[in-house]
Amino acid sequence: MTIEQMKMPQLGESVTEGTISKWLVKPGDTVSKYEAIAEVMTDKVNAEIPSSFTGVIKELKAAEDETLAVGEVICSIEVEGSETDESRANENIHSGVKNEGITQVVATDVSISKARYSPAVLKISQENGIDLQQVKGTGKEGRITRKDLLKLIESGNIPKVKSASNQVTAPAADFMQEQPKTTQVKAVQPIAGDIEIPVTGVRKAIAANMQKSKHEAPHAWMMVEVDATNLVRYRDSIKQKFKQTEGYNLTYFAFFVKAVAQSLKEFPEINSMWAGDKIIQKKDINISIAVATDKALFVPVIKHADEKTIKGIAREITELAQKVRTGTIKSDEMQDGTFTVNNTGSFGSIQSMGIINYPQAAILQVESIVKRPVIIDGMIAVRDMVNLCLSMDHRILDGLVCGKFLARVKEIIETMTPENTQIY
Amino acid sequence: MPVISYIDAVTTAIREEMERDSRVFVLGEDVGKKGGVFKATNGLYDQFGEERVIDTPLAESAIAGVGIGAAMYGMRPIAEMQFADFILPAVNQIISEAAKIRYRSNNDWDCPIVIRAPYGGGVHGALYHSQSVEAIFANQPGLKIVMPSTPYDVKGLLKAAIRDNDPVLFFEHKRAYRLIKGEVPDDDYVLPIGKADVKRQGEDITVITYGLCVHFALQAAEKLASDGISVHVLDLRTVYPLDKEAIIEAAAKTGKVLLITEDTKEGSIISEVSAIIAENCLFDLDAPIMRLAGPDTPAMPYAPTMEKYFMVNPDKVEKAMRELAEY
Amino acid sequence: MIENRHKELGLSDEKVLEMYKVMLLSRRIDERMWLLNRSGKIPFVVSCQGQEAAQVGAAFALDRENDYILPYYRDVGVVLTFGMTAKDLMLSAFAKAEDPNSAGRQMPGHFGQKKNRIVTGSSPVTTQVPHAVGIALAGKMEGKDFVTFTTFGEGSSNQGDFHEGANFAGVHKLPVIFMCENNKYAISVPIEKQLACENVSDRAIGYGMPGVTVDGNDPLAVYRVVKEAADRCHRGEGPTLVEAVSYRLTPHSSDDDDSSYRTSDEVAQAKTKDAIITFGAYLKEIGLLNDELEKQMNDDIMKTINEATDYAEHAPYAKAESTLDYVYEK
Repeated sequence: MTIEQMKMPQLGESVTEGTISKWLVKPGDTVSKYEAIAEVMTDKVNAEIPSSFTGVIKELKAAEDETLAVGEVICSIEVEGSETDESRANENIHSGVKNEGITQVVATDVSISKARYSPAVLKISQENGIDLQQVKGTGKEGRITRKDLLKLIESGNIPKVKSASNQVTAPAADFMQEQPKTTQVKAVQPIAGDIEIPVTGVRKAIAANMQKSKHEAPHAWMMVEVDATNLVRYRDSIKQKFKQTEGYNLTYFAFFVKAVAQSLKEFPEINSMWAGDKIIQKKDINISIAVATDKALFVPVIKHADEKTIKGIAREITELAQKVRTGTIKSDEMQDGTFTVNNTGSFGSIQSMGIINYPQAAILQVESIVKRPVIIDGMIAVRDMVNLCLSMDHRILDGLVCGKFLARVKEIIETMTPENTQIY
Repeated sequence: MPVISYIDAVTTAIREEMERDSRVFVLGEDVGKKGGVFKATNGLYDQFGEERVIDTPLAESAIAGVGIGAAMYGMRPIAEMQFADFILPAVNQIISEAAKIRYRSNNDWDCPIVIRAPYGGGVHGALYHSQSVEAIFANQPGLKIVMPSTPYDVKGLLKAAIRDNDPVLFFEHKRAYRLIKGEVPDDDYVLPIGKADVKRQGEDITVITYGLCVHFALQAAEKLASDGISVHVLDLRTVYPLDKEAIIEAAAKTGKVLLITEDTKEGSIISEVSAIIAENCLFDLDAPIMRLAGPDTPAMPYAPTMEKYFMVNPDKVEKAMRELAEY
Repeated sequence: MIENRHKELGLSDEKVLEMYKVMLLSRRIDERMWLLNRSGKIPFVVSCQGQEAAQVGAAFALDRENDYILPYYRDVGVVLTFGMTAKDLMLSAFAKAEDPNSAGRQMPGHFGQKKNRIVTGSSPVTTQVPHAVGIALAGKMEGKDFVTFTTFGEGSSNQGDFHEGANFAGVHKLPVIFMCENNKYAISVPIEKQLACENVSDRAIGYGMPGVTVDGNDPLAVYRVVKEAADRCHRGEGPTLVEAVSYRLTPHSSDDDDSSYRTSDEVAQAKTKDAIITFGAYLKEIGLLNDELEKQMNDDIMKTINEATDYAEHAPYAKAESTLDYVYEK
């Protein structure tokens, strides 16, 4: 003997419930399969419900006029033997139903590695100076998600790009120092119309040096903002006379080289070289200056710059640049540099990230002097401002000494007046 | 290799298939004695007779439906809709019947019919002789929609469509009929349905389009090349189901994608292309996906000013390409 | 003694008994499906009840080895005559994998079975009419001598596809038999609100073919006109429109309550003309059937149906993933 359950059938598409309007059987009645047991009313039809079993009505689970959901038990029937078939069929139905919701998912064959940042993640990281290398991603395969960054920002615990100063700015394109990417990029195939330029000579040397520096020296960056108003006034007042007297220009660059040379004297750590197992602090202060031609970049050296006057430096800059442009510069004139000053301002740049002139310890980018409103003593003033950007080899130098060095350069520039600065 | 027009490639493909297979026949309005209003079936009536080149009553649902019946029986009907704009009375036959016959019968029956129709604007055809109708059919699994751009593709793809064992809608650009000429081999060849074709290799931007717009893109690409901008052009050829692999590859190649259709923009074929790229190419894109299409007006007007405004043309394509290249 | 009407039609005694048996089988299958629906086992039934005579009468007039049929959703009698079995229909009702019509993809009543030349159909009504014309056209092109038979309701005779298909067949003189099974109702809308003309057959003249209205409760009358139509087809005289008038004895479907639009008196009245009764009476009067034979026949049929029901109920469903199969040729 088995007890089987009769359930409320779904009478009509979209119908969800039915009302027992009349029972046609009572407990104890014998019914045969397909014999009507109740009248049921739904929104769509009124119908007699046939029994699915032959047996004896055991119990009516609902009263007349009672409304039951489709699938609810309406009565139980005691059946001779076992009718496992019934439950098996129901299982069949269920397994069918279970799979109904499956929709076709197009396999996305994108294997996302940790280094692949979505546009949203890149944007947020740039806006907030987040070093993505230090962020642990929670996405698939460790991908950093937008939410990961928003949470970090909310927590205030932002892993900044490695540096000693909070003045570090967002990474900008390195347009001053070209870095060949031969190792990262798969060979580009030229097609009709492309021009192929063989990499030889100076270009090859530049490529090798830059790659070596960027590859070996862990670069860190910082920038200070300098008020050069006094310098501008001073230099403007004498530049015409200087040109007439000396026959060449008195450039701002000469003042900056002088200030750097003087500061290097006071912070000899900066005037250092990396030598693998040791750091060599150089006695001589030889300033490399970057001079660009259309095709290449040369770095002639102003030797013993700390011992030279501003006029002397200005003259040497003029002569070295002239030699570079006419192709008459000699190799010994480009050797023994201990620190590089790069006149990026001459291209109109106001911010850049130099690649260190290997094996020196640092490079300073002197940017454009631009008039900008600044607050002085609570009032707005128009001042001649310049950014000085320093790239340092973090193996040799730390932020503290570099910060002090830059502060010193800034101080010298800001106080360059006829009273305390000799041209000759 | 002989150079023939786009429409001659249509006629050639049909003639060769009718010669090859006696089950192939043509039915439609004016396709017999007249040889079609565009002359796409020119000469076939004389060659094969009125039994195989059938002038039907003017009733599109019957043209499609009778063709479907014959196809289920085992024939290879080529039904012509005089203009794509007039296919709408046959939509029930195409979508409820042709598209679903194999599926609903669990592969017991099939429906190897080709329905050809000239589509497209720029011929002063106004609202009802200019439309692109492919999007109506492009979410109907069971159908294939082929829209070739060159005479070479026309011949190879129309032959493939006739031999295909599933229903194929073959839309021919009516302005391309006599405007576009190209080399077409005399031999019997078929091209794969469902495969896009790179019509030009390039490095800077990718253009994905189909039909007459392929030629606009190629013309503009030529101009941009002289300015050092290299354009990759992918011709979809089959607009449903789409060649997802080729789309992803072309989009990833340059990271800058311009999608072009002559159809109105919203819900068009290129909307789906755009979705495929968005789904698969997030880390390859270097610019937002750009779409160039007709405006969302019911169809293109008759007056030349408005028609020109509506139509995609080489200048509009070039402008869009430059904008994308500069991004 | 009643007049023997079947002999003059060329029908043997065995044939008419076979006709009756198919009619009875159709009715009993349909009744079983209602019970299964009302006990919650199958979601949907759409009935043949009241139209078995027209269906079986017509189908017997055809060549069951060569002709093509494009039935509409009530044609249980037509498809049984053409080789479908009770088991096939039950598998369809339970939507099981073995259902030959669609492997459980379509609702019941959407017939199709290529081996028996039963052409697959859909739910939008009358789309099968142009298909019938296309198959006839193909047969003509191939020089074959078969007839294509298609059915539809009187409501459906308003659809464009009926008119487009009939006109095409008329113009090209194709061997098609269009049979309208006029059961007086298109769901709830009576024939007066469907047609402005008196008979569906009146429409034939517009398409250059004969139109015949016949008593759909009389399988022999229907047999006669369909046989004539088939003969016309074979003689190359083109299509015929047959209108078999009967009555729908059930609601439109298991989802419909017909008491909202017609009276029970009207239905009771129609039941007096039920062909299962009247044709049975004819066979008895003519001495081909007696109570014993009738009971034997009924018992055989119920046995067949019980076996078919049990088999179908316990048969497996198609695999869920088979959803993706046969969108295109593999």
